[in-house]
Amino acid sequence: NGKKAREEGSQKKDRGKTAPNKDQKESENKEKRTTKRGKEGENKQKKGRKNSTSSASSNSSDEESLSEEELAMLKDQVEQKKKLISTMRNKPWRMVKKLSALREAQDFVEKFEGALGKGKGKKLYAYKMMMAKKWVKFKRDFENFKTQCIPWEMKIKEVESHFGSSVASYFIFLRWMYGVNLVLFGLIFGLVIIPEVLMGMPYGSLPRKTVPRAEQATAMDFSVLWDFEGYIKYSALFYGYYNNQRTIGWLKYRLPMAYFMVGISVFGYSLMVVIRSMARNANESTADGDDNNFIFSWKMFTSWDYLIGNPETADNKFASITTSFKESIVDEQESNKDENIHLRRFLRVLANVLIICCLCGSGYLIYFVVKRSQTFSKMQNVGWYERNEVEIVMSLLGMFCPPLFETIAALENYHPRIGLKWQLGRIFALFLGNLYTFLLALMDDVNEKLAEEDVVKNITHWTLLGHHNSSAANDSAVTPAPLDPADVPRGPCWETTVGIEFVRLTVSDILVTYITILVGDFIRACFVRFVNYCWCWDLEAGFPSYAEFDISGNVLGLVFNQGMIWMGSFYAPGLVGINVLRLLTSMYFQCWAVMSSNVPHARVFKASKSNNFYMGLLLLILFLSLLPVAYTIMSLPPSFDCGPFSGKKRMYDVIQETIELDFPLFVAKIFSYLANPGLIIPAILLMVLTIYYLNAVSKAYQRANAELKKKMQMQREEEKSKRNNKASTNPMLQDLEDLLTPSTKSESPPKQAEDKKTESPNGSSPARKPGRGEGLAGSPMAGGRGAAFTAPSPVFVAQPRTLGARAPYPGQPRPWGHPLGPVPGRGRGQPCYPRAAR
Amino acid sequence: MGNNKLNEPTRLSLCLRLFHRYRDLAPQLVPLDYSDKPAVTLPYELISSMPELKDNPFRQRIAEVFSEHGDGNMTLDDFLDMFSVLSEMAPRDLKAYYAFKIYDFNNDDYICKSDLAKTVNKLTRNELTPEEVSLVCEKVIYEADVDNDGKLSLADFQHMIVRAPDFLSTFHIRI
Repeated sequence: NGKKAREEGSQKKDRGKTAPNKDQKESENKEKRTTKRGKEGENKQKKGRKNSTSSASSNSSDEESLSEEELAMLKDQVEQKKKLISTMRNKPWRMVKKLSALREAQDFVEKFEGALGKGKGKKLYAYKMMMAKKWVKFKRDFENFKTQCIPWEMKIKEVESHFGSSVASYFIFLRWMYGVNLVLFGLIFGLVIIPEVLMGMPYGSLPRKTVPRAEQATAMDFSVLWDFEGYIKYSALFYGYYNNQRTIGWLKYRLPMAYFMVGISVFGYSLMVVIRSMARNANESTADGDDNNFIFSWKMFTSWDYLIGNPETADNKFASITTSFKESIVDEQESNKDENIHLRRFLRVLANVLIICCLCGSGYLIYFVVKRSQTFSKMQNVGWYERNEVEIVMSLLGMFCPPLFETIAALENYHPRIGLKWQLGRIFALFLGNLYTFLLALMDDVNEKLAEEDVVKNITHWTLLGHHNSSAANDSAVTPAPLDPADVPRGPCWETTVGIEFVRLTVSDILVTYITILVGDFIRACFVRFVNYCWCWDLEAGFPSYAEFDISGNVLGLVFNQGMIWMGSFYAPGLVGINVLRLLTSMYFQCWAVMSSNVPHARVFKASKSNNFYMGLLLLILFLSLLPVAYTIMSLPPSFDCGPFSGKKRMYDVIQETIELDFPLFVAKIFSYLANPGLIIPAILLMVLTIYYLNAVSKAYQRANAELKKKMQMQREEEKSKRNNKASTNPMLQDLEDLLTPSTKSESPPKQAEDKKTESPNGSSPARKPGRGEGLAGSPMAGGRGAAFTAPSPVFVAQPRTLGARAPYPGQPRPWGHPLGPVPGRGRGQPCYPRAAR
Repeated sequence: MGNNKLNEPTRLSLCLRLFHRYRDLAPQLVPLDYSDKPAVTLPYELISSMPELKDNPFRQRIAEVFSEHGDGNMTLDDFLDMFSVLSEMAPRDLKAYYAFKIYDFNNDDYICKSDLAKTVNKLTRNELTPEEVSLVCEKVIYEADVDNDGKLSLADFQHMIVRAPDFLSTFHIRI
């Protein structure tokens, strides 16, 4: 007791803090503490957990005369103590024990670490140690700083505690998207918009940067601005504003080149980030092989979420656990029934056929309607319906097809999680139809504008010429006043049109989403809550009740929205900025909406495994949005009077130009060699072969993995059977058994006792309470194993080893009468001898 | 294995937070100055009234497992122990060990059928019929019992729980 008090005293002194000493926990991870040397003697007398403190005797011998082997031994002990310190938190001991053991180990390390260095470069050793520790501390501080920078952590935790991890996963996805968009915005803003605004020509100096005379009257009207015409159209938000000057400003910033490269790197960065995220998710998901082996066990022991701190959520959780158990029970009973596999397969095929028919039908409908709208646009006097037919049809399809898919999917009888994935995939396919019409309409527009452009180009050319001539005729000596930029006839600038379309789409999508949330969730919740008092049926329990948070719908919306952004950002650099704002406000708005108007899900939706599914969708959309942009860059000529590429034949000519003019000569040669098809095709071939090879390697690893699992399984079974002695694993012995003992069961405790006896020297001493960690040395794992080995032994060790004069168990026929001496075992005669002795 | 996601200042602040939570349960009993190691124990009723625990069906078992004498009354050390094991930093094996003790209602170091039945009933608030409960318990024993003694030992339990994908995320209390 005295020792303990002194120790506490030293502990208090050492810390030098006035705060109460409950920060004992944190000391567990400190590897170096200042300690008074005088205490060591006392501390050493405490029994350590792992090593005996025989080192205490060498207390006085830490002088220069340490022999080599003593040095090595000391080093060993120091390492062991260090290991003990680092694994201290894994040990299931009581806090007090942990603390005393920790202090003892730390003191030992402290004392002798320095001693190790004595005699040979002690100072250097101590210095190295100190630097290593400083480095570790620095890394920890940096990690901590990084985690503190993560925004919205508390908000998401709040949502998680009320709604569970599946809803929170949507918000985590949203936050991730926000991060990606922020980086993209930084790229575009910093490398394209800012240089043009700061160093390029100001508004009004060039035709492309000025609102045409005809439109100037209405350029500031709100309705015009809302449609992104007027002043907004001729601003840095859109492609058309940018000048095609090769270098701008005193920095000689190559804007067209920058514009092109930023456009490409937007896709490159997004691709890299998505794939890295997918790879990380794939690494984190644990072995799928044991998925079906522990359904009930996992349900029982891991379904209660200890994070729940709210009675309503707890109620919901109880209900969902009950439902989940009932479902599994039904599944279990059903799987015991004879299921008709053929019927199920037939139904599934039928369902898929029906759904494919639906999708094709809707695809054809969309195509038909688009074609009709093209003929309508040529007619005059079109009614409101004809003008908006495409949008109406698309909205109707979007409203009615998903529930239709769900009803058809009832035929398939899948597990709900799998069914949900199918549903998501089908809705995704449906929305692709949306995308297709949109792009088609856009392409038509673009082609029209290209045709128009040729006409306008001529007009502009002749106008300028005419103006020049007329002014020259008036006054030949003075240079002609340039035509006011607002008066120059302007080309149609298809790129800006495309950009405007995407921005309009994004904005209308934002509005629709917010209004849906407001009406569908909030107003509905208000209605249910307040009108419930004076309504005939219970609004809360029946229809309409509170809305559940539609995770999959929201995630799909987010994914498609991002696809639009990727497609449109090349033609409207400001689009990413709009999206960043949108994601920011979405986060706050949706968090509020979820907390105020939604109820937790009735059905358990395991979020962790679906994350890669969403990433997969995102990847698909990324590729789909890359295609139109790549196509337009490669094959459409840029407008002649707007944008950074105006005047070129193709947009990618800017690269050619830069290489020729800005790089030394040999670089151009290198690039021309690299662009040679003779080099590119073999490179592609090589990449294909590499993919094939890596695929084969990964398959081989999977097979090896499966083999190992099977081996482990077999070992487990063998252990099971060996321990229980149920069936002999040796067929020969089995035959012998059958021959000699027609009816005797092989349950024989003495054999078990023998097994235990041979194994117990390996394990720890048979503890009466194998569960308590303190009884055994080592981790709970070893303790557990020891328990498994030694637990039955208290029952059996007491029994004599001779089989002879004992009836082992009631109900078991008395085995072989003849005493075989000290050989228990099955008593079936000599052949057993070597086996029993094993 | 590298579960130290917090550095010292953060862990220190976590400890301070925990101490103040402990103290807030009974300010008149818990002194501010712990340097003379007062032997203060808070009764189970106070612990189970904490918002993090009051909705948990296993709160009584949790308190019993971490308390010094197994009666649910906890000292500060026990309190820290409890939240340390239930935090996200605790290693998987440690959590599995304590989870086993929590679900072992009769403290015989095995999870037997009666323990399982109690667990199921606590989880479903007695809404399953006895036959269903019995079926569930049998299935669990069938799935997880490796040494075929009709009950789950610590090894069986650990073997089963370390494969569970949700164990770490559900056996976790944030404070």
